[in-house]
Amino acid sequence: MEIFNHDSNIHFLGMRKYTVGLAILLMIGSIVLIATRGLNYGLDFTGGVSMLVNYDQPVEIADVRGALAKGGFEDAVVQSLGGTREVSIRFQAKDDPEAILANGTVNLDRVSADVMAKLHAARPDAKLKSRDFVSAQVGAELKSDGTWAALLVILGIMAYLWIRFERRFAIAAVATEIHDTLVTLGVIALVQREFDMTVLASVLAVIGYSINDKVVVFDRIRELFRLARKAEPEEILNRSINNTLSRTIITSLFTGITMGAMWLLGGPAVHGFAITMLIGIVVGTLSSIFVASPILLWLGVSKKDLMPVTRDNPELARRP
Amino acid sequence: MTDFPRWKYALVALVMVFGVIYALPNAFVPVPAVQVSANRGAPAIDQAVRQKVIDTLTQKRIAFGEVVVEGDSLLATFADTDVQKSGSDAIKALLGDKYTVAFKLQSTVPEWLGMIGARSMPLGLDLQGGVHFLMQVDQNDVIDKQESSYADDIRSLLRDKKIRYESVARNSVRGKGVAVVLRSEDDRAKAADAIANEYTDLLVSNGPSTGDRFVLNAVIKPDKLRDIGRGAITQNLQTLRNRINALGVSEPLIQQQGENHIVVDLAGVQDPAEAKKLIGTVATLEYRPGIGHPGDPQAREAEKTGNIPPDANLYHMRGTGLPVLVSKKVIVTGKELVDASSGIDQQSGTPKVDVTLNAAGARKMSDFTNANVGKPMAVVYVERVTETKMIDGKEVRVPKVTESVINDANIASPFGRQFQTTGLGSPKEASDLALLLKGGAFAAPVDIIEEGVIGSSMGADNIDKGFKSVMLGLALVLLAAAVYYKLFGLVADIALFFNLVILVAVMSLIGVTLTMPGIAGIVLTLGMAIDANVLICERVREELRNGSTPHAAIYAGYEKAWSTILDANVTHLIAALALTTMGTGAIKGFGVTLMIGILTSLFTSVTLTHAFTAAIHGHRKLKTLSV
Repeated sequence: MEIFNHDSNIHFLGMRKYTVGLAILLMIGSIVLIATRGLNYGLDFTGGVSMLVNYDQPVEIADVRGALAKGGFEDAVVQSLGGTREVSIRFQAKDDPEAILANGTVNLDRVSADVMAKLHAARPDAKLKSRDFVSAQVGAELKSDGTWAALLVILGIMAYLWIRFERRFAIAAVATEIHDTLVTLGVIALVQREFDMTVLASVLAVIGYSINDKVVVFDRIRELFRLARKAEPEEILNRSINNTLSRTIITSLFTGITMGAMWLLGGPAVHGFAITMLIGIVVGTLSSIFVASPILLWLGVSKKDLMPVTRDNPELARRP
Repeated sequence: MTDFPRWKYALVALVMVFGVIYALPNAFVPVPAVQVSANRGAPAIDQAVRQKVIDTLTQKRIAFGEVVVEGDSLLATFADTDVQKSGSDAIKALLGDKYTVAFKLQSTVPEWLGMIGARSMPLGLDLQGGVHFLMQVDQNDVIDKQESSYADDIRSLLRDKKIRYESVARNSVRGKGVAVVLRSEDDRAKAADAIANEYTDLLVSNGPSTGDRFVLNAVIKPDKLRDIGRGAITQNLQTLRNRINALGVSEPLIQQQGENHIVVDLAGVQDPAEAKKLIGTVATLEYRPGIGHPGDPQAREAEKTGNIPPDANLYHMRGTGLPVLVSKKVIVTGKELVDASSGIDQQSGTPKVDVTLNAAGARKMSDFTNANVGKPMAVVYVERVTETKMIDGKEVRVPKVTESVINDANIASPFGRQFQTTGLGSPKEASDLALLLKGGAFAAPVDIIEEGVIGSSMGADNIDKGFKSVMLGLALVLLAAAVYYKLFGLVADIALFFNLVILVAVMSLIGVTLTMPGIAGIVLTLGMAIDANVLICERVREELRNGSTPHAAIYAGYEKAWSTILDANVTHLIAALALTTMGTGAIKGFGVTLMIGILTSLFTSVTLTHAFTAAIHGHRKLKTLSV
């Protein structure tokens, strides 16, 4: 079975002005979104108290909010967790001043007892499933850890591609990589999806996934440059994208399928992870086709740049 | 014609067998159980205790699986966690507090698997429920304590050496040491020599002098400061371990995280109050004059008759349980103890513990030992725990004090600030004593900065959801690959299935804790592992289109795809590696899973599929390929 015509020869690079322009627009849009709207940081980052509450009978989110507001927890964030019987409640510990201990930490038992009392007053069938308290400081550390990890990924990949391919490939990959990360974050900021630890892990995984995609195209570009007698860069790049198009899309579909399965059945713990990954797969796939190669072309890649590698180390090109 | 060497077939077969065997333990679901062990002094667990437990459970109509005596503990299994809870309550009520009753997940893995080192993956708290704490160790407090103690010491040193000083005080900035103000240049030089000779861990330097104020700065050396900080964490970990062992949680996770954080995960515990109470236990030490020796006739007599001399207490030795009489008079307390460390005595070659007291303690100790050479001295360990008891249906908080003697030795010669306890049985005993001496209390105060309680039903729910999403993801990809790439797709499917098996096997063998993010990592690995096969299949198709013969197409397909697969996976591996550098448990678990997954998928997607493809197509004349 074949979905894609193997003789496809779409002139992707012909649209490069539009595609790269769109990519830049998306990036700027994402930066603006992240700066103005901000990410909806979850408990892991903001610190505070989070509780998962289960009801025997279906419940309206508004009712839960009302019950909490009546009890003094006006700022609590109430979210439904797939279905109508489970809600997550998030708030800052200062909403319950009596539960704050002398040393600034929180008596979680006290807080949850207070909240459950308010909920029981409205609906006796509320049951506490889990409760968490995270201090704000932990969140600050997580943010800096996350930023470091992202930088480490980008630099590590850049170094590898620089050695294994060539400088221009490394730059093109990293530029596209930054685009993918920003746009993924931008979409999360747009839909105000809660940004918690698993979403951060997912964003970092997106970097890994999308680099995978780019490397496959780059590999083909290198191969075609070396094989071609007369190598017109634009034509080589275009052929490489077309040759790998079927693989790019099929792999994205396969990975997308598994993430879809997790989104469907994995429950609230991995919901954010799956959604972020799905966004990242779409963004990463599109940028592999439309963005990475135009940047490479713009940086001026040519047959000459790729040949010395073979001379230095002919083994590398045809390792088993 | 086949280009696939025989040893590779053997390797593939071997790895497949390995994967199946070492992944197998995870198929055996552990059962909830209650473990009972005897506390010190309680009668050992035997068949009689077992019979009593069985009778009680039967009488209370609590369904149980089996009740067995294993070594010196008793194990009762139950169908689910609810029954386990009522079972535990019933057993606790029956046996009282002479026994520790703890929740446990009893493995049902057959013995022969355990013999070859195969075990199931430990489950994270999000999959089995429990209590999670993240604690921060206050390093500043340790420095404060050390600097204050040095200030005391320097003061008494100068007094001893008859060097007149204006003042000795800690610098207002933490970590900047002690400022000594003297009255003359000459005094300052003398003081500098005295301090540098006496306290080698201090760095002495002249400060700015004005008029008749000659300032000397004594700062704790950075190395020593680091050691102190590290020591504080180690000691806090040990203190926590000792205390949590008393709680009777099976397999608690107590780990340092980052520079000054400690993670405590207690699986199966549903009430953090009890755990928090224990973590907050206050313990102190007292050095007191001993009366006689542990287990001597006088002490035994007192234990039997209850006739204890009015100025004495009867205690038991920790460990041996021997009775010992100790005077009520306190020489010094643990608050006056600055440091305790274990080592080997140069003269006798036996393990020893070095103890350092502060100036005030040293004076008292010196006075006492001068008058009591040859007499015994005991170290009494006092632990205060606030317990919540039900009295007349009301919760009442009662402080409970436990006292025991952790060491009893004769005074060989008078001593003061520094002394050592020698003649200890083993290096282990010495280090335990040192830790106990220091670790009566935390070396540094800890704050709970993160706390989580995950209900056991939520854990079960998560396992169920995680399992279902892995299965659905796997099934869909298997189906899609088979439809799209036909026979080659089926081979890729076999590889993908074994990738899951081998990934689980490796994770089990290393002992990676399985969490929800870990499961997400497994699902993502499955989705991305197929990529290598997509690359290979697309290459083979391409070669066929370019007019290669089937065998040549297979050969070239694998050959050409390899370079791409390697590059793609190495870059992906770099990304996974960065994830594992994150301090946080959840992300780390995800990263580790991803990393192992990338490595196993390299093997299954390339070598394993190549073996199958070669076996299927190798010896046949082919006109077409099913790809």
